[in-house]
Amino acid sequence: MTVILNQSFTGISIGAVLLLIALGLTLTFGQMGVINMAHGEFIMAGAYTTYVLQKSISSAGISLLVALPLAFLVAGAMGALLEWLLIRRLYTRPLDTLLVTWGVSLMLQQLARDVFGAPNVQTHAPDLLTGNMSVAGVTLANNRLFILGLALLCALTLTLILRLTPLGRRIRAVVQNRDLAEVSGIATERVDRTTFFIGSGLAGVAGVALTLVGPIGPTMGTNYIVDAFLVVVVGGVAQLKGSVITAFALGVLQSVLEYSTTVSVAKVIVLVAIVAFLQWRPQGLYTLRTRSLV
Amino acid sequence: MTTTTSPTETTSVVQPSVSPLERFRVPGAFLLGAVLLIGVAPLALSDFRLNLLAKYLCYAIVAVGVSLAWGRGGLLVLGQGVFFGLGGYAMAMHLKLADAAATGQTLPDFMQLYGTSDALPWWWEPFADPAFALAMTVLLPMAVAALLGFFVFRRRVKGAYFAILSQALAAALSIWLIGQQATTGGTNGLTDIQGFFGYDLNDPVNQRMVYFVIAAVLLLLMAAARQLFVSRYGELLIAVRDSEERVRFLGYNPANVKLVAYVVAAGMAGLAGALFVPAVGIISPALIGIVPSIGFVIGAAVGGRASLVGAVLGAIVVAWAQSTLSDAFPAAWTYLQGLLFVLAVGFLPGGLASLGVVLRRRRTQTRTTPTVSTAPTGETA
Amino acid sequence: MSGEGLTVRDLRVTFDGFKAVDGVDLDIRPGDLRFLIGPNGAGKTTLVDAVTGLVKATGSVRFGSEELLGKPVHRIARMGIGRTFQTATIFEELTVLQNLDIAAGAGRGPLTMLRRRKGVPESVTKALETTGLTDLRDRPAGVLAHGQKQWLEIGMLLVQDVKLLLLDEPVAGMSQDEREATGELLQRVSEDHTVVVIEHDMDFMRSFARSVTVLHAGKVLSWGSVAEVQSDAKVQEVYLGRASEPEPASEPAAASVPAAEEA
Repeated sequence: MTVILNQSFTGISIGAVLLLIALGLTLTFGQMGVINMAHGEFIMAGAYTTYVLQKSISSAGISLLVALPLAFLVAGAMGALLEWLLIRRLYTRPLDTLLVTWGVSLMLQQLARDVFGAPNVQTHAPDLLTGNMSVAGVTLANNRLFILGLALLCALTLTLILRLTPLGRRIRAVVQNRDLAEVSGIATERVDRTTFFIGSGLAGVAGVALTLVGPIGPTMGTNYIVDAFLVVVVGGVAQLKGSVITAFALGVLQSVLEYSTTVSVAKVIVLVAIVAFLQWRPQGLYTLRTRSLV
Repeated sequence: MTTTTSPTETTSVVQPSVSPLERFRVPGAFLLGAVLLIGVAPLALSDFRLNLLAKYLCYAIVAVGVSLAWGRGGLLVLGQGVFFGLGGYAMAMHLKLADAAATGQTLPDFMQLYGTSDALPWWWEPFADPAFALAMTVLLPMAVAALLGFFVFRRRVKGAYFAILSQALAAALSIWLIGQQATTGGTNGLTDIQGFFGYDLNDPVNQRMVYFVIAAVLLLLMAAARQLFVSRYGELLIAVRDSEERVRFLGYNPANVKLVAYVVAAGMAGLAGALFVPAVGIISPALIGIVPSIGFVIGAAVGGRASLVGAVLGAIVVAWAQSTLSDAFPAAWTYLQGLLFVLAVGFLPGGLASLGVVLRRRRTQTRTTPTVSTAPTGETA
Repeated sequence: MSGEGLTVRDLRVTFDGFKAVDGVDLDIRPGDLRFLIGPNGAGKTTLVDAVTGLVKATGSVRFGSEELLGKPVHRIARMGIGRTFQTATIFEELTVLQNLDIAAGAGRGPLTMLRRRKGVPESVTKALETTGLTDLRDRPAGVLAHGQKQWLEIGMLLVQDVKLLLLDEPVAGMSQDEREATGELLQRVSEDHTVVVIEHDMDFMRSFARSVTVLHAGKVLSWGSVAEVQSDAKVQEVYLGRASEPEPASEPAAASVPAAEEA
């Protein structure tokens, strides 16, 4: 029983990391239809932001707290710049966007190698987050709990922004009918850039969180990016809660399978499960139903 | 936009007449390519360089399939590494077994090192048979592609979703191979291959033979692909790429149309992987994961995805640039590779093959205002 | 003309609780040239979508004696039911000839498919003549004028050997001359086909319709000959008499519809 609970918690914490990464994708891929492969490098940018901050702020706790908003701004700015330079020219060619941003991702990785060196680096976690706590026989690592809380907080904030603020209304309007939004006086280009800023910024936040559980390196983003995209594919593009449910479901499935088989077999089974799921719901869990031909 | 007043009263158009020059353009170019590959290159290049060219030609074979599936069919195949790998492993498994048998062993060398048992895994056994192994290099990739394609296309999972799924497949296969150290060689892959159906691969003469086989296969597959391009199927494939739903209303099942292109491309990638093994002497997970899988696409993108010759030349040139530059200037090469993606795909979606057309169009546009809207470049959402 | 008619019984389509088509009965005899009219949102396009298998529906749609509901789109198409869309969907990168050849070829075997096209199938030649596109056959379809694209689409239905043509606003955005030409084309086509036209343009309807069905809020409001429908009080109230003008829905509505409804 404890084993199952422990394994589920591991799964939930894997899911929390996936969710943090996928949240940004839900905006850029889900809402805007842009497949940004450089999203992984925005994660990396967030992680290196934490690393650089720790060199100037000695307290690990304070540097972490500063890193969260700063990483959001750094990654967000990179995203907005990318949107302005390249992506806005490619809105009619979503598949080409994938390859173009892959090229950007290669260059950003090399940039990180040139600036910070190829070997991985580490940050120190604040003392508060290094321990464990034990609830009903289940060991809960504090850093994992922190990431879980952060992921849920980000998901909640994003939901509220989309639902309640004028910006959120504009984003949804542009998603549902770009032309109509435009003639209704919404500056769609500015909405695009803002959406991209927030989505990329969330990748930066995810990067900060990842420094708590692993090393920081130029290719750290690549390891997560495809899994995160799968979360959005399975979750469907219409609602955030699709991504939330999927991230945790995939996390738990992965960790339970890992326990009963091996990591590599678990990966294969999860993929088969995803293809099987798409037989049932080809557009994902939550879809935006329209009458358009495509 | 021009308007016409009646369906029976239309402007006349000069029928394009086929000049003799035009008629012999394609066979002529094909013959020229054959002479260069089979005749000139082996004479002009050293053993070492010819072997490198053999490796590039393997990538070019993959590009032929990419051009069909992606250029014509609009299927962004980001998991070609999977099929390349399946073909490569099928071939390498046979060659390892043959190598072992030649020295009187029953197990390949790496299994003696890492293996937990003395017996050959059951799924290795049939690969001792050369005919079975050869068939598998093509059939295995095609079967996997058919299975994935059937389920994916049937439910109209397309565009980005398909691209992401094929990437995930590449990731899953390479992770799985790494995890099976004892039976697949793990991260190292299958290396140190000595013989090729009885011929010693360390002998330069036999390496040249491998080159000729690869060049011949490339030419053959290009001819086959060309036939597909100009056939009615080729026209239908473009139609599916540009408006899948419309094709459905004409009474076709687009899923089958796409499946054929995807499976054929997978078979070509498998054959390329199989030929890669004797030419380079290794197949490993690092050659088939997400990164190399995208690499298979870039050559076609640079040269021109929809143009067969463009895709093949693009693949060869990019592979050449990679091996020439990546050792000397690894950092600079990575930047250049990234830039290639951005420039070729972002700003010249037709690749270098379309450069002439683009320039010509620009020149005529400056002279006269365009009277017709140009068709969008092929892209399915 | 003999052949199959279309029989629709109690057809219902719901989108997330919204009843787009709400219990429609429809009988279209072989050889009819039927116009479907009705205000925006009346369910005209959804009705055609349901008949052609694009959206899920309940009830019954019979073509001759065959039930259509539940069949996949391409099977329904092979039974001889073809349709066009509000925005012309043709294969812009292919030539007019290639477009028609593909439309003619749904039954081709694998060997024919793998060979190059030699010569022009007879049905294609005939369709080129009927639509007046013979001289443009080697042009890429993408460069055709708006009206020509619509004719090409109708031509594609003809070579597809359909018995029933469902046309979604074929004259939207056309000039007056193009409308006349299209109307005459439809009349020629309806000599040996059954044709159903969704239309907003009342003048066009009056000139060419053989029978009319008026849809309103997902239900059939009235049907009959043009004269019968026009004299129907209910129709005048909800449709024609909406703004107490005789023809409120002609020009502006026709022009604005494709962008607003299909986007």
